[in-house]
Amino acid sequence: MISREEVRHLADLARIELDDAELDHLAPQLSVILESVASISEVAADDIPPTSHPLPVVNVFRDDVVRPSLTPDQALSGAPAVEGQRFAVPRILGDEQ
Amino acid sequence: MNLPLIQRSAARLSEALATGETTSVELTQLFLDRIAAVDAAIHAFLHIDSEGALAAARASDERRAAGDLASRLDGVPIAVKDVLTTDGLPTTCGSKILEGWVPPYDATVVARLKAAGLPILGKTNMDEFAMGSSTEHSAYGPTHNPWDLDRIPGGSGGGSAAVVAAFMAPLAIGTDTGGSIRQPGAVTGTVGVKPTYGGVSRYGLVAMANSLDQAGPVTRTVLDAAMLHEIIGGHDPLDSTSIDQPVPLVEESARAGATGDLSGLRIGVVTELGGEGYQPGVQQRFDQAVELLVKAGAEVVQVSCPNFLHALAAYYLIMPSEASSNLARFDAMRYGLRVLPEGVEAPSAEEVMRATRDQGFGDEVKRRIIIGTYALSSGYYDAYYGQAQKVRTLISRDFERAFEQADVLFSPTSPTTAFKLGEKLDDPLAMYLNDIATIPANLAGLPGISVPAGLAEEDSLPVGLQILAPALADDRLYRVGAALETLLEQQWGGPLIDPDKLDKELAR
Repeated sequence: MISREEVRHLADLARIELDDAELDHLAPQLSVILESVASISEVAADDIPPTSHPLPVVNVFRDDVVRPSLTPDQALSGAPAVEGQRFAVPRILGDEQ
Repeated sequence: MNLPLIQRSAARLSEALATGETTSVELTQLFLDRIAAVDAAIHAFLHIDSEGALAAARASDERRAAGDLASRLDGVPIAVKDVLTTDGLPTTCGSKILEGWVPPYDATVVARLKAAGLPILGKTNMDEFAMGSSTEHSAYGPTHNPWDLDRIPGGSGGGSAAVVAAFMAPLAIGTDTGGSIRQPGAVTGTVGVKPTYGGVSRYGLVAMANSLDQAGPVTRTVLDAAMLHEIIGGHDPLDSTSIDQPVPLVEESARAGATGDLSGLRIGVVTELGGEGYQPGVQQRFDQAVELLVKAGAEVVQVSCPNFLHALAAYYLIMPSEASSNLARFDAMRYGLRVLPEGVEAPSAEEVMRATRDQGFGDEVKRRIIIGTYALSSGYYDAYYGQAQKVRTLISRDFERAFEQADVLFSPTSPTTAFKLGEKLDDPLAMYLNDIATIPANLAGLPGISVPAGLAEEDSLPVGLQILAPALADDRLYRVGAALETLLEQQWGGPLIDPDKLDKELAR
């Protein structure tokens, strides 16, 4: 139902590095799960509207006024690396870019 | 009879505080001592905050002396599931990816507990990011069921349920996405309530599936759950899905239900949530509870919700889809774990993300993220996610029809009693089946409660009864739940949990 290569591709899209042992372990389990939910495609007729949210959702606005918020130190307190009141991150471009 | 303090309900403890029989500091210390004595065997806590809890208790005692109480539960200690942020206290969600993270803010639920004066004893264990039905998917090791240490305490909120079952706190907070408050309640002989979606703020609740997640009370009595519900419930401008209406009168309903009179109430037994696949001892306790409800004056009708048969499939597409999106925030950039891939010089941000998410997430989280990524990908979106959303509509319509015939619906909470640790750990599908009776309410956003039904004959383990009500009618859960509790405790001659038997198991 879902191949090892497809799982590798999906993990790649989801930014998860899976080694061969993990692929061997997870791919068959994912196949079983997907087979068990596949019946869903035959249940609802075309004219049934989808539900994305259990209760009606409306946009919520507030007045554009300054409110108390985190200080820069608080906002950065959990960061793996910080430089000059900013999040320090690895280079964002790959070799091919 | 005067029970030892740690065995009393929160309502009774609030009376003991009011009469001066005890103080919040004494109570808090008693629970901390109990945790120190038994939690090595149970492992319900991921973090214990003795200092913070005692400081809050001292402040509570000072308020009491000054005649300036913050709430009726002021001074009564509580434990909080580790999926809610706590300012200055670690919040891991049971995951390595958040190990050591200390949030700079409180979830609204936590802020309300603090404002109401409840000392927070610590943070409770859970399946990683609330993904699981056994607490075995915690990156910090499983929680053990106090009834039988070789068995699961349910999940994902097994920690919170085990805490109240083992008298380590009278109250705890859980969260319920597909049954994570109710199923642990069922298998530990405790009470768990999933309020109406939007009834309790999700601000600061680390999202798994944001259209399904809901925080709620975990307690040993229905009245305690109601009192806690009134503290944490109500509108929050920080949550755009929060309902802007007063909290239903749940405490009043719990007190009314405790008389044991249910005359005039119509109770619907859901055909699809029982029978085949349900353990005989679970079904038996359920059938006996139905008889009790009839004796209490309720009219019991059979209702059919045919689309519930597809609820599990719809849930296991919608939930992973939302989870795969929500968990994209764990990117190793702004907080949490950052792992540099081995053997790569000057790795890119993307390579760091891949390595971090591989090391930081456990198997179940990876499974769900990959399933969700699949269901949302082009070419499969309509067949999977789109169809699941339509089935969600059908399930809501089934509920609407059922609530034309009945005021509340009634079923077992979980198809089985607590299974052995490890039994279903590597069989995801078998694990998912535990949520078969609890999932429909999450899909439709409806409130539900689990109350203890007694012990199954074949294994002497707790069975749970589930009551479901229409959206915003949370008060009905409490009326029926309290009535059942009263009638069953009359039969049992007291609460289901026997402290002596429990302590024997914990000492083994």
